[in-house]
Amino acid sequence: MGKTKTRVKSNYNSSLTFFQKVKKYRVLLLMCLPAVLFFLAFSYAPMPGIWVAFVKYNYRDGIFGSKFIGLDNFKFLATSGKLLSLTKNTILYNLAFIILGNFLAVFVAILLNEMRSKWFKKISQTIMFLPYFISQVLVGILVFNLLNYDTGFVNGILTSLGLERWQPYSNPNVWPPIMIIVYLWQQTGYNSVVYFAAIMGIDGEMMEAAKVDGANGFQRIRYIILPSLKPTIVILLLFALGGIVKGNFGLFYNIVGTNPILYNTTDIIETYVYRATMTDFNFSTASAVGLYQSVIGFIIVMTVNFIVKKIEPDYSLF
Amino acid sequence: MAKKEDKDLMESGAKVKLGTSDKIIRGFGYVFLTLYSVCCIVPFIIIVSTSFTSESVIRAEGVQFLPKDVTLTAYNMVTKSGGIWWSYLVTILLTVVGTAVGLSIISMTGYALQRKDFPFRNAISFFIYFTSLFQAGLAPYYLLMTQTYHLKDSYLAVLLPLLMSPWLIILMKNFVKSIPHEITESGKIDGAGDMRIFVSLILPMLKPALATIGLFLALGYWNEWYQSSLFLSSRVAVKPLQFTLYEIVNKTDALKNSVAGQFINLADIPQESVKMANAVLATGPIVLLYPFVQKYFISGITVGAVKG
Repeated sequence: MGKTKTRVKSNYNSSLTFFQKVKKYRVLLLMCLPAVLFFLAFSYAPMPGIWVAFVKYNYRDGIFGSKFIGLDNFKFLATSGKLLSLTKNTILYNLAFIILGNFLAVFVAILLNEMRSKWFKKISQTIMFLPYFISQVLVGILVFNLLNYDTGFVNGILTSLGLERWQPYSNPNVWPPIMIIVYLWQQTGYNSVVYFAAIMGIDGEMMEAAKVDGANGFQRIRYIILPSLKPTIVILLLFALGGIVKGNFGLFYNIVGTNPILYNTTDIIETYVYRATMTDFNFSTASAVGLYQSVIGFIIVMTVNFIVKKIEPDYSLF
Repeated sequence: MAKKEDKDLMESGAKVKLGTSDKIIRGFGYVFLTLYSVCCIVPFIIIVSTSFTSESVIRAEGVQFLPKDVTLTAYNMVTKSGGIWWSYLVTILLTVVGTAVGLSIISMTGYALQRKDFPFRNAISFFIYFTSLFQAGLAPYYLLMTQTYHLKDSYLAVLLPLLMSPWLIILMKNFVKSIPHEITESGKIDGAGDMRIFVSLILPMLKPALATIGLFLALGYWNEWYQSSLFLSSRVAVKPLQFTLYEIVNKTDALKNSVAGQFINLADIPQESVKMANAVLATGPIVLLYPFVQKYFISGITVGAVKG
């Protein structure tokens, strides 16, 4: 019934000219106008400015008046090895975040589902969700508070145990695991929500039947819960992979800040671009790195979407 | 409803027969989740404790899990100048105005783009969605905001960019999808215009969606420090709360990293306890509020999870 109605309507629409359609749907168009203007002003308007990546920028001449130097900015970044090391750090961190993050989220969701005490479930879920709600600035402070050399909590414990003090802020090699732990700490409560909801959606009769057939707890997880979660896991992993060259700027910048000793293991594309823009005012280099990131990211998202469309058309982005 | 019954059935079943493996899983679950929850909350306790600890104790023994002797010195120092209350005011204003404006735009757009008869819906959806696929990057954005829009040192530079995101609009579309198309049709038959249908028929049904998306927006504004760090220089006297916190942290770092031999006035270095008191004041309202609004975030995450 509803379907025929829409079809008739769309036939009717297709016989209208563009201007007739605009006139007929002017109210709906006006409702979209603020949003369209917003994205025009803040997302599309900066795009011509990408040109700055191809010039030797100076303030006086502006983006389009500065001297055109072609791909020199990119060449410099590529030959100095900067681009490679930034890309490597960004991708490796994201891989760790995605794989360990989803693993832990599934793990937590399954355990939560096995808990029978309602208040325990509720309280632990609430507490695990807490780190998601705080600003990245506070996350930086929390980490500093735990790890700093002079007054850090960890060093307080080490001292009281008669052990030597630990100085992570001058040792770049300890940071990859620290960053991963902090990421997991902040995001797992959030990430597990999706999986928990998916488990709640599993047919209760199936679980009951398995129980009647004598399946024990491990078997139920192995043969019912995990297979039911598989589509969710695959789709979320794929989408996360789509963003693999996009770094978590707030996390890295607030924890590491501008401490050059740690850059080797903690500098990601976003932090480099931020410093190049805000500290060095080197807009051309910053934009070259940014453009490189956007193009690679775009290609990866398109590829991922193509794959998702093949395996589960309902979930594809477009 | 049926799901809930199944759940109860399962629970009663579980009580009847509890195998060894179930006991192991449950026991392990209690231990693991308890330990994990403790890890989530301990850093917060340390911050609160430190904010109540005197500076001399912190210098001598480091930060504490529980304060040795409770003192309010740090809070007195933070609130003495009154600056923090102005920061509260700015943050609250940004949050309220930004959330209200953002929410109105997002809900209007979400409804229009979900209308099956709207011929421009696909084009506009793609126009909005494309911005999450490809971005100009920070440097062109910064140059545009400062040199073309002249928003340096303006609160608008913080307010405007956070009004909406493609993800929030898609989330709203997903919420609108659950409202039957017949509601719009019935409004049309009664002779109501599109705006009228939206305001008096659709909006009242979107209350949970408005709560969810409004809370995501409000959280974004409350925790905002990034746009501030880009656009608010020292010429702006009152900064939003999180950015105030950010500046205190950076001031400490800068002074500590400064070249040896340079004259540093110890009184200039913000004290640990003062830093923590600031952190508590900037974060407190959220931590106190979030248990009550958590369910809205959860519904947002599940509704917007995949099609995002």
